[in-house]
Amino acid sequence: MPALGADMEAGTLVEWLVKPGDRVKSGDVIAVVETQKGAIEVEIFQQGVVSNILVPVGERVPVGTVLAQIDGAPGAATPPPLETPVAAPKPAPQALAQAPPMPVLAAPSSRPKITPVARRRAAALSLDPALILRGTGVEGSIRLADVETYASGAKLARRPAKKGLDLSQMRQAIAAAMSRSKREIPHYYLTETVDLSAASTWIERYNAEKTPVERILPAVLFLKAAALALREQAQLNGAYENGVFVPSSSIHVGWAISLRGGGLIAPAIRDTDGKSLAELMAAMRDLVERARRGNLRSSELTSPTVTITSVGDRGAESVTGIIYPPQVAIIGFGRVVTRPWVVDGRIETRPLVTVSLAADHRVTDGHIGGLYLGAVGRLLQEPDKL
Amino acid sequence: MNAPQANAAATRMTYREACKQALREALLSDSRVFLMGEDIGRYGGCYAVTKGLLEEFGEERIRDTPLSESAFVGAGVGAAMAGMRPIVEIMTVNFSLLALDQILNNAVTIPHMSGGQFAIPLVIRMATGGGRRVAAQHSRSLEGWYAHIPGLRVLTPATVEDARFMLKAALADPNPVIIFEHVMLYNMEGDLPPDVEEVDISQAKLRRAGRDISLITYGGSLFKTLQAAQELASEGIEAEVIDLRVLRPLDTKTIVNSVSRTRRCVIIDEGWRSGSISAEIGVRIAEEAFFELDAPIRRVCSREIPIPYAAHLEDACLPQMATIVAAARELVRPS
Amino acid sequence: MTEAEIRALILELIGEIAPEADLGSAQDQDDLREIFDLDSMDFANLVVALHDRLGVNIPEVHYNQLFKLESAIAFLRNAIVQ
Repeated sequence: MPALGADMEAGTLVEWLVKPGDRVKSGDVIAVVETQKGAIEVEIFQQGVVSNILVPVGERVPVGTVLAQIDGAPGAATPPPLETPVAAPKPAPQALAQAPPMPVLAAPSSRPKITPVARRRAAALSLDPALILRGTGVEGSIRLADVETYASGAKLARRPAKKGLDLSQMRQAIAAAMSRSKREIPHYYLTETVDLSAASTWIERYNAEKTPVERILPAVLFLKAAALALREQAQLNGAYENGVFVPSSSIHVGWAISLRGGGLIAPAIRDTDGKSLAELMAAMRDLVERARRGNLRSSELTSPTVTITSVGDRGAESVTGIIYPPQVAIIGFGRVVTRPWVVDGRIETRPLVTVSLAADHRVTDGHIGGLYLGAVGRLLQEPDKL
Repeated sequence: MNAPQANAAATRMTYREACKQALREALLSDSRVFLMGEDIGRYGGCYAVTKGLLEEFGEERIRDTPLSESAFVGAGVGAAMAGMRPIVEIMTVNFSLLALDQILNNAVTIPHMSGGQFAIPLVIRMATGGGRRVAAQHSRSLEGWYAHIPGLRVLTPATVEDARFMLKAALADPNPVIIFEHVMLYNMEGDLPPDVEEVDISQAKLRRAGRDISLITYGGSLFKTLQAAQELASEGIEAEVIDLRVLRPLDTKTIVNSVSRTRRCVIIDEGWRSGSISAEIGVRIAEEAFFELDAPIRRVCSREIPIPYAAHLEDACLPQMATIVAAARELVRPS
Repeated sequence: MTEAEIRALILELIGEIAPEADLGSAQDQDDLREIFDLDSMDFANLVVALHDRLGVNIPEVHYNQLFKLESAIAFLRNAIVQ
């Protein structure tokens, strides 16, 4: 069971997409796990043959629990996204201590205990009884009332999304993560105002020649500039755990997406610094759509090495975020505003954006942060090079 | 002489009195009817059911028999074959074992083996059940054994009304009928509704309607079950109580209807669980109402030991209101 | 296409972007981005959708015409005719 967020302690296995004997390769989605942030597809990063499914559908297990066994060339394909040491082998210590002992190995019966009439009712409602975790019947069986309760709850949670993206749960998860971050990470904050006239002009010309679907948003430039600048200040890109900062050799920017109705999620755009502007726009568009549908993959949630948030054209003038542990920085872009600016001793109006940096003071200090923001501002002056 | 009271205003009487009145009515209305059994005449019956009948109807019609169940049940079979309407009393079901051959091999089988040439319209009355501190050989409930036999009709009147009127219907049945009278019911008082003159001997009856669970029982366990239902009601659990009345043939339809509505059931049977009538009822529910069930089927039966003699041990062995309540509660509100 | 059809289309496409929106509540002078909480990505997607459905390529400089229903309908009507 992967940790799909620093604060995640347990998850529920809701669907197996493979069975023993299936051949899998790196990147295959093999299961779907339900967390407070919704249903997440779990990918495998090895090649081999599935030999044992150890956790049945419907079971909730702590992070770190072995879900299945794969036989085959170990580590033959791309290694799992362990640039951030957040992945399975090392869950947060408190998760293991607090989780009650779970029957991890395959129980004799992996079918939920459910009464005949409840099973019939679930079938009539097209509900998989395996999703109903709480049975109040004899011997913990799922009975009619439990199906009805689940069905009415599921109705409330049902958006266009599939398996219940529960926003109240998500808010709880965000609250927990942000509280922990504020408690544990000594943040420092810097801002920089950047003249965007070159960038604005460049985007106008670029978009004028493109069909709507090819046009890029200013945020694409922000994203690329912020990612490239991290090549110069590697100490802002990586993970801090157990008192040690491990810089990441890749830059996977977690792109903060707000969900309709509230809730925030920041899935990764892998190798952000290596992508073209067109590729970035496509990736952002795809992530926004999948995030709102509740259809993200586990690797997208576990692999960000830094987070960037951009408020867009209707947000506040600046945004200073809270770092997502175990990352060590979060960069924010405010709304593009037109303001008086001094150019060659004259006052002119220019489009400006306020870039902010919140960073972990255990790893960097204001000097590094300042250099970083300077780099971002510089890169945005030469948009054609982004 | 008192005429049978069938049409008076609601009359209160004991179960014992209802049995006696049923016998009187039979003796008065059909000259072919006569009674046979141990101590039924001069002694007035072991449970005083037949008290006064010898004086009223004479030795020809109220016949004290020797202490030989096989002989007098056999004689009853013969009398029935010859066209009489004997009502044979076996003192308790425990002693009926001695007449099992007469009942099963003769009474039930002769109509079949004679190709219908002989009908055996024999009625046998037996006392049954425990609670009287008369120990292992005198306290069993073997109604379930008899309910196993094709060709027999098995009745278990549990109310004054059924005690009063089931006999008449049994006598009208051309096949052997056994009527079980639970020993703890004889002193029970009840009301005879004024407008009832007969009852059927084929259907179970809903004694109490409820929506949460069906309590299915018969005979001496009925009143305990009704008490349990009241206790459960005070906890907010509405129990439905079914009085089976007839163990063979079982009124599966009424049982299945009830359980299909409440979706849970407890079967209360004073026999021992294994291979009992409660087992038969449970399987029929599983066969015909499986997809309606929202909880496993549970039973409250006598503990599987020879019925004890000591009062506290006998009480612990037999079904009691408390055990019925606990079983029902556990299905409706599992802990 | 009639005005009514264009209006219905715009609202339908907004409904796909903002499924929880009360589409019937939109007034002609409302800023669509405000009342339906559309950010720049949503708006960009709306433009893409209008392009796909109507074959109308709306240049960036004209985006501000789409902010309000009334002007959006007028603009699109004009654009389709051409």
